[in-house]
Amino acid sequence: MKSRQEMNLEAAQMLEKLPEDLSVKDRMAIPVCPMPSQDPAVRCHNMKEVALGYGEDQAVLEAKRCLNCKNRPCVALCPVSIDIPRFVGFVAQRKFREALDVILESSLLPSICGRVCPQENQCQKNCTVGKAHKNVDEAVAIGRIERFVADWAMENGISSIPPVAPDSGKKVAVVGSGPASIAAAADLRKAGHDVYMFEALHKTGGVLVYGIPEFRLPKALVEREIGKLKDMGVHIETNYLVGRTRTIHELMEEDGFDAIFIGTGAGLPKFMGIPGENYVGVFSANEYLTRSNLMKAYDEKDSHTPLYHAKRVAVFGGGNVAMDAARTALRLGADDVTIIYRRTREEMPARKEEVEHAHEEGVNFLMLSQPVEITADEKGRVNGVVVRRCELGEADESGRRRPVEIEGSDYLLPFDCVIVAIGNASNPLIKMTTPEIEVNRRGNFIVNEETGETSIKGVYAGGDIVLGAATVILAMGQGRKAAKAMNEYLERK
Amino acid sequence: MNKIVMKRQLSAEVFELEVEAPLIAKERKAGQFVVLQLGDDFNERIPLTIADADVDKGTITLIVQAVGESTHRLVRLEEGDYIANLLGPLGRPTDVRKYGRVVIVGGGIGTAPAYPIARAMKDAGNEVRVIIGARNENLLIFEDRMRNVDKDTIIVTDDGSKGIKGVVTAPLEELCQNWKPDCVVAIGPAVMMKFCALTTKKYDVHTLVSLNTIMIDGTGMCGGCRVVVDGKMKFVCVEGPEFDGHLVDWDNLMARQATFRDFEKEHHHKCHIDMQIEEGRA
Repeated sequence: MKSRQEMNLEAAQMLEKLPEDLSVKDRMAIPVCPMPSQDPAVRCHNMKEVALGYGEDQAVLEAKRCLNCKNRPCVALCPVSIDIPRFVGFVAQRKFREALDVILESSLLPSICGRVCPQENQCQKNCTVGKAHKNVDEAVAIGRIERFVADWAMENGISSIPPVAPDSGKKVAVVGSGPASIAAAADLRKAGHDVYMFEALHKTGGVLVYGIPEFRLPKALVEREIGKLKDMGVHIETNYLVGRTRTIHELMEEDGFDAIFIGTGAGLPKFMGIPGENYVGVFSANEYLTRSNLMKAYDEKDSHTPLYHAKRVAVFGGGNVAMDAARTALRLGADDVTIIYRRTREEMPARKEEVEHAHEEGVNFLMLSQPVEITADEKGRVNGVVVRRCELGEADESGRRRPVEIEGSDYLLPFDCVIVAIGNASNPLIKMTTPEIEVNRRGNFIVNEETGETSIKGVYAGGDIVLGAATVILAMGQGRKAAKAMNEYLERK
Repeated sequence: MNKIVMKRQLSAEVFELEVEAPLIAKERKAGQFVVLQLGDDFNERIPLTIADADVDKGTITLIVQAVGESTHRLVRLEEGDYIANLLGPLGRPTDVRKYGRVVIVGGGIGTAPAYPIARAMKDAGNEVRVIIGARNENLLIFEDRMRNVDKDTIIVTDDGSKGIKGVVTAPLEELCQNWKPDCVVAIGPAVMMKFCALTTKKYDVHTLVSLNTIMIDGTGMCGGCRVVVDGKMKFVCVEGPEFDGHLVDWDNLMARQATFRDFEKEHHHKCHIDMQIEEGRA
């Protein structure tokens, strides 16, 4: 495996050979720059970041692959409409500072989005270069270039604290501190409002901190982004659960808040509803990951939060969270980790890169398999999973082929731990204590699509509490949209 | 940051802490709890029930039994020290209303959270009888406070060092037979609540129990606190902590409580030695 330096040197050599003025043909002939990453055999025993990030010459070379095409499909599919060809163009000219400024016009968290966005389904999906090669994997690696720019800014100590307008005299609450709330808080503060961010946990960042593992998103980055909010003058109150510590009504009527943004996320883990799910050794992915990420239980020397030591771990589900849980289990010392998913790898909702990383690290994939029961020993501790084979039937409403269980195909596999990673429902706490907030049958808040306003005047919402479990960038996009509408509302008020 | 304004030792391993937490003091109702974390990256989050609150002083009272590593660290804090992180009030409040006759059973440290419920039940116009139990006299807590609710509070100890020798289910059964309560609230170790529920079931008396499970966030996010009630999965942190004791799957609850017991034993042992070294005792 080539090191980051070797890869960058190769890129530098390729750059030297390129002509000054690149034709479309020249650009199309440049191969995709591979992402330097830690060796799978090494990284599956540590929590350090897997993808190491492009070197400067790699970023420039990759940026030169962009054709700066007229129809700009990348911008159209970016949830926050970053002017991608413009920032990529600056990178191609080694104008990193200018590239950063272009990104920051639309996104607050490039170091995070460059790492965790599902680019193959967004900006890179319809990239003209990828289309021309008839392979989405050969699209311009926009996410990697974005990450390079963000990391470059950090390494060079370039701070990007947006200017804040003079005091508006209005007080705004932002509930939750995940991506939707971070985006909303920043835009609300920029408009000069006095912004209070309320977080239930003892650390801010929401799913970025408790859910996504260190090896995919270093927590220092999240802290840095939250630090920017503090520098802008956002008040941050941890250990404050809106709905219990204070209700929405109390905030509005007694505590003098003029508007509220709710970005509390999809924090209620779903279970399968199969027998045995309450046995000892069955965890929601949220619990498993929170122990490791938020509570740092992977650091067994220092952490006081216990881990469940398991040798054979089954993970139910096929999304990014399932990959995170499986890869975490390996790092926590499991000998054998198996993802059990009822369709095939093709239909998995996880990002391709995450699936590949999990595969490289030695995670097993048991496809077309539906867990139907968890078994336990006489002490109630997990000792196996009964799996039923499936086959693919007709396409369902999501366009994916529906798994059909094969009756009589059940068999038992030994496991001593099960992690259920089949998604989250919306957290019911605010609804429980604020009944007039309208929700759909899944419990997601119903909002005006243009403004994010809920059924209560002055109360807005965005992110997973509205979308159901989605992505960091979509949540951010919603936070920004709501903040824009809130700023207009507060100006009128 | 929440300042400890008063600390008092109630028994060999049980401490009473009065902690500044004005918002929690104002909002909390009987039956609710807090989750606390002692700062830095590595301390765990632990749930504790709220034993009392003083809205004017802006304080809440926590009763802590030093059983595990975190609770040992907690009780080493002194008046004037701060608890870094305190979240609450969590959980649904107790369903306090006029039942008629109510028996409150508090076992061990469970007597502390039972106290505000006893008071609230009395304030709601119920006749209230109280039973408190402990392993021995030294571990009995809140006797005086409970006597303010029920001057004939029944004391039970395993070893007979005070009150009746035996377990709380004996006087509970007697009350069920002779006093015919309309509601029983039992808070204590799972095994005590299980047998209280089995006792009252015979007399078909509505029984509330307050479950203490493994918990991380306390907001519904982790699902570590899930229990089986009436065959359905419930989250103690948002749907509890109180449930109908006749419907709880006690054996599953007790097995789940023991999930990390091996880890805790080993870890606690190490931590104990570390603490003794710090204190110059080893």
